[in-house]
Amino acid sequence: MKQEKKITWKIGGESGQGQRLAGLALGRVCLSSGLFCFVYSEFSSRLRGGLATNQVSISDKPVEAISKKINVLFALSQSTLDHCQKNMADNSLIFYDDNKVKEITNNKGEIKYIPLPLKELTDKVNLDSSVYNFLILGISVALLNLDIKLLKKEIEKGLNGNGKELIQNNKEAAQIGWDYANENLNIKQFSYKNEINLKSNKRIISTGNEAVAKGAVSANCGFYSSYPMTPSSSILHILAKQAKENKMIVVHPEDEISAINMAIGASWSGARAMTGTSGGGFALMSEGLNLSAMSETPLVVVDSQRPGPSTGMATWTEQGDLQYLAKVGYGDFPRIILSPANPEESFYFTTLAFNLADIYQVPVFILLDKYVSESHKTILDFNLNKVKINRGKIFTNEQLAKIKDYKRYAFSKDGVSPRSFPGQKNGIFLANGNEHDEHGFSIDGFSSDLRKKQMEKRHAKLKNILNDLPKPEMFGSDNSLITLVGWGSVKGPVLEALKELNQKGNKVNYIHVPAPFPIDPKSLSGLLNKAKKIVVIENNYKGQMADLMQETLGMKFENRLNKYNGQQFFPEEIIKEVKNYEK
Amino acid sequence: MKNSFITSNKSIWCPGCSNFNIQAALVSAFSELKLEPHRIGMFFDIGCTGNGCVSYNTYGFHGLHGRVVPLATGAKLANDKLTAICMAGDGGAYGEGLNHLVEAARNNFDITLIVSNNRLYSLTTGQASPTSEKGTETKSTPYGVNKIGMNPLSIALSADAGFVARGYAYEIKHLSEIFKQAIKHKGFSLIDVIQPCITLDKKNTKEWYSKKIYKLDKNWPSKDKNKALIKVQEWGDKIPIGIFFEGK
Repeated sequence: MKQEKKITWKIGGESGQGQRLAGLALGRVCLSSGLFCFVYSEFSSRLRGGLATNQVSISDKPVEAISKKINVLFALSQSTLDHCQKNMADNSLIFYDDNKVKEITNNKGEIKYIPLPLKELTDKVNLDSSVYNFLILGISVALLNLDIKLLKKEIEKGLNGNGKELIQNNKEAAQIGWDYANENLNIKQFSYKNEINLKSNKRIISTGNEAVAKGAVSANCGFYSSYPMTPSSSILHILAKQAKENKMIVVHPEDEISAINMAIGASWSGARAMTGTSGGGFALMSEGLNLSAMSETPLVVVDSQRPGPSTGMATWTEQGDLQYLAKVGYGDFPRIILSPANPEESFYFTTLAFNLADIYQVPVFILLDKYVSESHKTILDFNLNKVKINRGKIFTNEQLAKIKDYKRYAFSKDGVSPRSFPGQKNGIFLANGNEHDEHGFSIDGFSSDLRKKQMEKRHAKLKNILNDLPKPEMFGSDNSLITLVGWGSVKGPVLEALKELNQKGNKVNYIHVPAPFPIDPKSLSGLLNKAKKIVVIENNYKGQMADLMQETLGMKFENRLNKYNGQQFFPEEIIKEVKNYEK
Repeated sequence: MKNSFITSNKSIWCPGCSNFNIQAALVSAFSELKLEPHRIGMFFDIGCTGNGCVSYNTYGFHGLHGRVVPLATGAKLANDKLTAICMAGDGGAYGEGLNHLVEAARNNFDITLIVSNNRLYSLTTGQASPTSEKGTETKSTPYGVNKIGMNPLSIALSADAGFVARGYAYEIKHLSEIFKQAIKHKGFSLIDVIQPCITLDKKNTKEWYSKKIYKLDKNWPSKDKNKALIKVQEWGDKIPIGIFFEGK
């Protein structure tokens, strides 16, 4: 097999210099060139100034995660250079704005520093610094030996709606960069000329949030209410923009409390309903979660995690909400947490979440994080034929007409009783956040038998829920020395790390848990029993899933690999850390 | 076929509670408007009023304290054919949930909010509410409420509510007429209903109110918002009831 050719490109400068636009455009050029990529950004919670970077790992094979080591850096500011040069790979290049970067330190010889006369190049043609990003893309496309025409197409697409002049200016800048590179820089080491494969059509670039939005539309979600909160907001933006064509009601209400109560009301009315937020916003929703559970009103809740507690770090990533979502509630009730690791899973798990919510009449979480929500990844286009809609037990008008005394909360073996919707003549019922009888009418402790039976009814759902959850999966050989166990977004970096770790023999495998709550002891312990040395890898401080597994499985998980600095794991870090466990 | 809007469940209200009057006025409005029970969605807050949920034979949702307005809003947005009625107390509507009231008014969501305003938290055995008068001694304010009682109607008007009215639980016919107009109104309506608590309130009693309450004149200019803004502030020897404002 031909060896993978992977390089990591990065651009950095102040917020507002268009790094994100540039990284995405580069990703799209790679896509149309038949290459794979992963586009990742780091930035502060500010609109201008500071430091903002965008990083793209490019390969001729699928890329599961962003790499840490940078092969080509474009530094638009001194702080970019200072911040990034420690992560440069061997034989890498740093291009820098010769007007902004004055001090080059720490040159150990393996990095080549190349000044770029950005001001001079743009002044000549009466352009300004706003086109630097696309000028740099012109240079980049030349270095990668990709087609400048593809870049110009992406500029037209990416800036569509921004006026002809702006598009023309940026295309001109791209050409200037391309010409400059071809005339002045004779660099061949990053050429993808021989790796281009145009057969690979059906691929797209998507973020996790875009995939969730698309999944919601495909699942016939009729109602989305969300108060903006990074990193979940782009779901709201996408769905709001498409609301008319999708016939979806999309509301940005006064707060998260309203958002979740509206979604519950809409679901009660018969729509498939979803709300979205991050951990802090969910804190305001937690009472609403209880209402959804007690009234058995299906609900899908997106939580895109960022580092907490409190406001934490708004634009960074962590897997810190798992225990919170698994346990939040005053009183016991079942809920489901699905945790997509990438855009593909974000799409399919969203469609699954709506089905599970309807089938079991419980709240279902889609637990993302900033890394999954906002990173772009090359993936196979979503297969809409795979989407099956199952609305669970719902009585038709005919069925209701035959029933003398409809009981919305009728006791049943599987704990699920058929729903009716307002407008159905014989389906009148009271949904109730108070404990209730089979009709939904409030009861209290003087009817303690009814209370007991309703609790048991709601919990009876768990058995079938466990069967319906996506199963834990093992990657790599059964017979490995070390078994990593993780959930959500650690999957990508781990899979990327496994490529290198297992180049010489089967050293490490990985068990991925796609639904971290409730944990299915049967399917998980089956896999864990095969493991020799288990290391639970999580993007949080304590090891939240490790603790949940300990509770559920009665096993001890002492080896824990945790990262909680606001960044996700990089494959290189996993490779390094796992070597410590080999001893 | 005659529609029955009432279940056979026993109520948990105190015998003689003026909430029964409000219920009678509302059911009469449903009936006169020829509404069908299965096309009505009633949303109940927490408190004495909300506990009336078991009495109505319509689609219903007994939600969380203060959150009845967004609950109804979501339901109405998802099913436009629904007649959405919210039943709340002064604690839920003006305390815990005031932000939602203001937003629903600004958005002009097509829901009717009926507030049983007894100026007390009654079900929790009598603490101060947002509409309690300054100085009122309650269990939570043994030395008297130290802030001004809120005027919910002027807040609703300032938030551009399209229908703002005050009713009185002991004027059932008048109240029922207000309910009818409010339900017919396309957009957000607030009806603040003075509902003396017969068990806990020894001061603001039926006798106390009945001397002060008077109905707005038949020719009251209910399209004039500025006049409404002034009129809703009349609260003393005389307390007006009726539809202060109905916009488009």
